[in-house]
Amino acid sequence: MRYLPHSDTDRQAMLAQIGVGSIDDLFADIPRDLRVHGLDLPKAAGEMSVERTLGRLSAQNVAASSVPFFVGAGAYKHHVPATVDHLIQRSEFLTSYTPYQPEITQGTLQVLFEFQTQIAHLTGMEVANASMYDGSTATVEAVLMAHRLTKRNKAVLSGGLHPHYRAVVESLSPMAGDTVTSLPADPRGTEDILAAIDATTSCVVVQSPSVYGHLIDLAPIAAKAHEVGALLIAVFTEVVSLGLIEPPGAQGADIVVGEGQSIGNALSFGGPYVGLFATRQKFVRQMPGRLCGETVDAEGRRGFVLTLSTREQHIRRDKATSNICTNSGLCALAFTIHMTLLGETGLARLARINHANAVKLAESLSALKGVSLLNDSFFNEFTIRLPGDAADLVEKLAAKGVLAGVPVSRLEPGKSELADLLLVASTEVNTDEDRAAFVAALAEVLA
Amino acid sequence: MTVYFTKDHEWVRLEGDSALVGITDYAQSQLGDVVYVELPEVGKTFAKGDEAAVVESVKAASDVYAPVSGLVIAVNAKLADAPGTINEAAEGDGWFMKLTLTEPGELENLLDETAYKAFVETL
Amino acid sequence: MSMNSQGRPTVAATAATSAIPDTFTGNRALQIEEALLFEVGRHDVTGVDLDEPADFAPRLGKLARKLPIDLPGLSEPETMRHYVRLSQKNYSIDSGLYPLGSCTMKHNPRLNERMARLPGIGDVHPLQPLSTVKGAVELMTELSRWLIEMTGMTSVALSPKAGAHGELCGMMAIKAAIAAKGETRNIVLVPESAHGTNPATAALIGFKVVTVPARPDGTVDVAAVKALLSPDVAAIMLTNPNTCGLFERDVVEIAAAIHAAGAYFYCDGANFNAIVGKAKVGELGVDAMHINLHKTFSTPHGGGGPGAGPVVLSARLAAFAPLPFIRIEADGPVLVETEEALRPGETPFGRMTAFHGQMGMFVRALSYMLSHGSDGLQQASEDAVLNANYVRAGLRDLMSQPSGDRTCMHEVLFDDTFLEGTGVTTLDFAKAMIDEGYHPMTMYFPLVVHGAMLIEPTESESKASLDLFIATLRDLVMKAKAGELERFQQAPRFAPRRRLDETRAARSPKLKWEKPEPWVEAAAAE
Repeated sequence: MRYLPHSDTDRQAMLAQIGVGSIDDLFADIPRDLRVHGLDLPKAAGEMSVERTLGRLSAQNVAASSVPFFVGAGAYKHHVPATVDHLIQRSEFLTSYTPYQPEITQGTLQVLFEFQTQIAHLTGMEVANASMYDGSTATVEAVLMAHRLTKRNKAVLSGGLHPHYRAVVESLSPMAGDTVTSLPADPRGTEDILAAIDATTSCVVVQSPSVYGHLIDLAPIAAKAHEVGALLIAVFTEVVSLGLIEPPGAQGADIVVGEGQSIGNALSFGGPYVGLFATRQKFVRQMPGRLCGETVDAEGRRGFVLTLSTREQHIRRDKATSNICTNSGLCALAFTIHMTLLGETGLARLARINHANAVKLAESLSALKGVSLLNDSFFNEFTIRLPGDAADLVEKLAAKGVLAGVPVSRLEPGKSELADLLLVASTEVNTDEDRAAFVAALAEVLA
Repeated sequence: MTVYFTKDHEWVRLEGDSALVGITDYAQSQLGDVVYVELPEVGKTFAKGDEAAVVESVKAASDVYAPVSGLVIAVNAKLADAPGTINEAAEGDGWFMKLTLTEPGELENLLDETAYKAFVETL
Repeated sequence: MSMNSQGRPTVAATAATSAIPDTFTGNRALQIEEALLFEVGRHDVTGVDLDEPADFAPRLGKLARKLPIDLPGLSEPETMRHYVRLSQKNYSIDSGLYPLGSCTMKHNPRLNERMARLPGIGDVHPLQPLSTVKGAVELMTELSRWLIEMTGMTSVALSPKAGAHGELCGMMAIKAAIAAKGETRNIVLVPESAHGTNPATAALIGFKVVTVPARPDGTVDVAAVKALLSPDVAAIMLTNPNTCGLFERDVVEIAAAIHAAGAYFYCDGANFNAIVGKAKVGELGVDAMHINLHKTFSTPHGGGGPGAGPVVLSARLAAFAPLPFIRIEADGPVLVETEEALRPGETPFGRMTAFHGQMGMFVRALSYMLSHGSDGLQQASEDAVLNANYVRAGLRDLMSQPSGDRTCMHEVLFDDTFLEGTGVTTLDFAKAMIDEGYHPMTMYFPLVVHGAMLIEPTESESKASLDLFIATLRDLVMKAKAGELERFQQAPRFAPRRRLDETRAARSPKLKWEKPEPWVEAAAAE
């Protein structure tokens, strides 16, 4: 087996050195009747064979790059520069552990410090952590943090929150003894969330752009929340939007969480992604996850370390702020490198291209007979109403080689009033030809 | 001035009707550099043995228990900016909180300085 | 106060001064000092060429950004150099032995990376029509088959994102199963030697954690467990092999006692690498166990993740697996994503995460499994255990083991008794290893052992590599005993940084770059 260095001669010599007769002697603590003798699985395979097997599975899927592609709803197809993928495969980044020995992990630590700074600037917040698993788990961690800070336990979730994110919060909260009030799905972006906030509210969770694409004015929600001693948790699933829209921090958010996949990370069928988590300085001791901080070494040179670790499970155990250990280090690295390549100029332009492409597509699609746009405002994703079942139409369009978007029924099943809604995203990867193909195919299937 | 100790490494110094509470010099030496202290709110009441404060070094976090029952009438706000005071003067300027005792009789069950020193010797 | 975790030295040792002044640049040959992005980047520089879109009417309402973001950029060559230089300040498995106990830092095959970047894997969206991702669902099904066969369990929940997330998933399934029986049980038993994630996870969903004392050798005593059992006990969370590197000999008896009390057995699978192909946890009585794909199945640790933590479940818990899950039907596997699609008997407790889990890790793990095959997986476990015992045999006369010299599994545990009287601490010893070119072992864990040093060489190390490692550690022990205190207290001397002042970092946290005050900038410019 190519990954195992020992020859049988080596093994025999080592067993002799240990002073046992056979390898079985080393497994003597496993009760004899419970020892396994062979698994019902294929035998070892060479590289070519494994490539064939997995290549066959890969070939059964339609890659986003191979078709006009407009699928979003929390994960977005963007172009990732070649430099990013090269750098994250550097041995020293790829095969390094969590930087618990700072003297020999300054590379990872400095990247985390840069990442935390980028996230703080993007969100308009004071501090950011070194990443969470993804946007959805960052959201539930934010809710738990808000409960600790307010010493209340009721979260109010907007109907514009991604239904998967809502489900994650709704699954954990009752088990933790907390309460969740979820507002009904809000495809038009017109809900009155202020009415749901009262003196028992710990936090109100609002996504902008919402899962339906609407840009939400967070300032009045923050004001109402603060008036009753609650916190505003602002959520985003498309981080590129922050290149063009007002950051949640400037609108009064107390905790900002989101999905960072769009920058630097592949779609990869849903993971691994990178959860972003930022808050106010005064809340830092209640934050979940790792934090990297600046200090000096014994020679007075600047260096970085993981810090405020007493919040974490490996020290605080059952009183930790979270149970998270492994996070999304390499995805955060990819994010940081891609964001460095973009810079302020590149991110703003990338955001404008995304927005322009979505505006053009929204105009073309809503010009079709029977198709209407539900959004007044949006960034690179919007909701259209179709004259028919959206899931059926998406399948028909897929058969014509266009991946048109996410039918709302995929996320909100069993709600007939949502069955004709389609979420459509358009990013920089879409060309005029892609959009024309989509519009033409939709016109055909509607005809 | 009378000082009492617990086997959990807190000390209590009586000052009239009230008492100062902190952690012992031995405790600070075991913790290493103290980096953060979480103190209770003034006005809070504790029963003996309740978790009253948290003291943290870089790699350790420990609960500080109320050595006696009482009402918090003051906390050492200086520790927020200068947690190192606990390392420098654990049994002096590094005090945590001032309590009004609600069960003064509990003091009888605490250790005196000699007994505490003997206890530490056994650790 | 509770002395629940012992303090240890964290202040930087004073530096020895050298007669020759440092270099002009501060660089040390191949070690190049690299400023922060925020110090070298410029706001008007970009390393990505994008065409400005033609004029259009924005649809941002009144929420267009008003202020700049403050995100400096770098051109492509500058970006390359910045991050390559940073990478060179990291230790990695590819460059040397990485004996972190409990972390399983084994070789990360590059075939796995290539497979994860296949267009039909890396470039598919989780919500594109299921008719266009049949291969992805089949891949998840195949991974499930391997995991189930290796563990002897009934089903697997793939979606958890890492080990701790898997623990949470397993414990939520247990909580749901208890509720389904109309019971309320509030206590979870956790041994003293457990990973911190175990008590943190249990507490997260409202359980009260009760500590199970360990026997002197670190294993759990059935009698100690039985003494704590009551109708209020929901589960035990047990790591097997445990964090002292020992197989829990009485695991079957513990499982039986737990089950007899109406509770569940959660197994922390962090140390699964020792027993793949040697024992099936399903036959040990386990009800749920997470599997760290980034440990046992070689997906790269990436400087702190991403991981993946699928949870295998027994028949008692299978019905409670969260959404999404895969149902095998007559014409193939089906991805069940919503409650509307459930069939009788399927009672998921909810959802752990958006989408379907860490596909990028699934494919890497499956690539590893296919490469090894049933024979290679068993050989890997045997070699992992062989290597740990070989290290033990090479050091047993010089270093101290907390419960005497006995056979270990995939990792060997030492305490700091052998350093008594030398003035050298476990931390100093570990830092001296850095100067010798090694990543230190896991230190001060498990907490039940004084000055613990937990060494897990993994199966990836050759005999020659282990021989040099053993010789190095023997030499360090001799030097510690010979009174070469400075060598240890000053260590590391040759790393990119000397010891860092963690106290300063924690007392006044500086968690992001701040623009220096104008007078600082002016002084620096002079």
